[in-house]
Amino acid sequence: MIRDITLGQFYPSGSPLHRLDPRVKVLMLIASIVVIFCTFNFYALGIVAALAVASIILSRVPVRLFLKSLKAIIFVVIFTSILNVFYGQGDPLWQWGILKITWPGIQNAIFVTVRIITLVILSSTLTFTTSPTDLTDALERLMKPLSLLGIKVHEIAMMMTIALRFVPTLLEETDKIMSAQKARGADMESGNLISRIKALIPVLIPLFVSAFRRAYDLAMAMECRCYQGGSGRTRMRKLKMSYRDLIGTLILLTVFAGIILCNIFL
Amino acid sequence: MSETILRTENLTYTYGAKTPFEKTAVNNVNIEIKKGDIIGVIGHTGSGKSTLMQMLNGLITPTGGKVYLDGKDIYANKKELRSVRFKVGLVFQYPENQLFEETVKKDIAFGPKNMGLSEAEIEERILKAAQFAGLREELLERSPFDLSGGEKRRAAIAGVYAMDPQILILDEPTAGLDPMGREVLLSQITSYHNASENTVLLVSHNMEDIVRIADKVLVMNSGKAAMFDTTRAVFSRGDELEAMGMRLPQITKITNTLRQKGFPLSEGILTVGQAFDEITGYLKKEGKL
Repeated sequence: MIRDITLGQFYPSGSPLHRLDPRVKVLMLIASIVVIFCTFNFYALGIVAALAVASIILSRVPVRLFLKSLKAIIFVVIFTSILNVFYGQGDPLWQWGILKITWPGIQNAIFVTVRIITLVILSSTLTFTTSPTDLTDALERLMKPLSLLGIKVHEIAMMMTIALRFVPTLLEETDKIMSAQKARGADMESGNLISRIKALIPVLIPLFVSAFRRAYDLAMAMECRCYQGGSGRTRMRKLKMSYRDLIGTLILLTVFAGIILCNIFL
Repeated sequence: MSETILRTENLTYTYGAKTPFEKTAVNNVNIEIKKGDIIGVIGHTGSGKSTLMQMLNGLITPTGGKVYLDGKDIYANKKELRSVRFKVGLVFQYPENQLFEETVKKDIAFGPKNMGLSEAEIEERILKAAQFAGLREELLERSPFDLSGGEKRRAAIAGVYAMDPQILILDEPTAGLDPMGREVLLSQITSYHNASENTVLLVSHNMEDIVRIADKVLVMNSGKAAMFDTTRAVFSRGDELEAMGMRLPQITKITNTLRQKGFPLSEGILTVGQAFDEITGYLKKEGKL
């Protein structure tokens, strides 16, 4: 059923990673992504892979959920690694016509695969360990400097929060409308492409109607509570850094230093 | 005794099996529904009423047990599930949220069209359904989004009437309607039942609605069918119902209190009329009236 879809969702397990400041986590992720693409030998790559494994263990999120998010990109991984295997330069280990496999090709394929997988694992760790509201709060704070350029940071963050908030609601609504139309004999599982698209009309129209109605209701409710945008708005829950964030950052920096040293000396 | 039309056997449904959110919504339900019955289904929120109703017409595949319609297991052949839905019509909660066509008429025609009926027959069904639902004919050409709340509700219910189901299930049909709209809808359901002699299941939180309409009552409590008996028998077990978080009809509560105070009234009085007869009867006997 439609409600089985997961979107890299928050998984509350109260792990040490959950308790880090979301701003720190976002910055850690960005830094890690840069570092992932600065690995030039197998030692450095090994450390990156170990970092990903460590983050899975530290997050106390079931491995099954990580595998689920990896499933979505499995084709991308297979496709790029196959391309890389055949596009390497150097002495062919095996050749057939224009297809040849080289050692550098295989090496490239391994690098690409490990990089993509660690990328996905680390980003999933962020979304698994950070609630959507914390995440948008963190993004709002981190993007604050952009408001000097006239970008409405608060509005963007508010839109993101609302959009994230309504994803499950709209999924549930879709499910309900689909059931109601199926109860009237709507057939959504068979037929060719065109008849399937046509079968969606009885679902999409009520869904749009209800989405607009919800938007109006929400706007009204926000105005009733005197919402008037970001200026002068205070927060009930302020994000605060603690010793944990310092420790986390230091550990990560040590790992980065290790990777850089591996790149230079090994 | 009339024949059984719908029967469930150890019907069970578990949400999110093998996840931390596992929850058995319907647990081993065995009920038998006779042709022409009009049954009220009650139970507090989350007792599994809606899940049970959706299993009866093949929208939710049970995780255990069977549903027999006219003696045939409806889940035996997945391809025939669609035809089961025409026989067991289900009106969801807030059905007006499913209206989508340009005109009320086209919307009502959606079900019959899916059944593959001829144009002439569809036309006939629309008129009959609109009449049952109490929709004036000039409304049929209007857009469903221009109707009032009560009219939208009735238009949506007409969309299910039009399939002429042998069993009609209504999930909270009066929720959110004003007293007038509620009254109109209930009497239309009764007259639909009387005219068509079809089986009707009415899910409701409103005990007065149930008492007014139903001959029998099914009580759901944490996924189990706690009681299934005649309306009077069920409501005479007031203490048990209240322990399950349900409220008795007001008049039943009053007469029960009077009984406890020593007045010789009979058990399970459900309507104001009955209470009036009993009380005046008693007063006359005592020579006080």
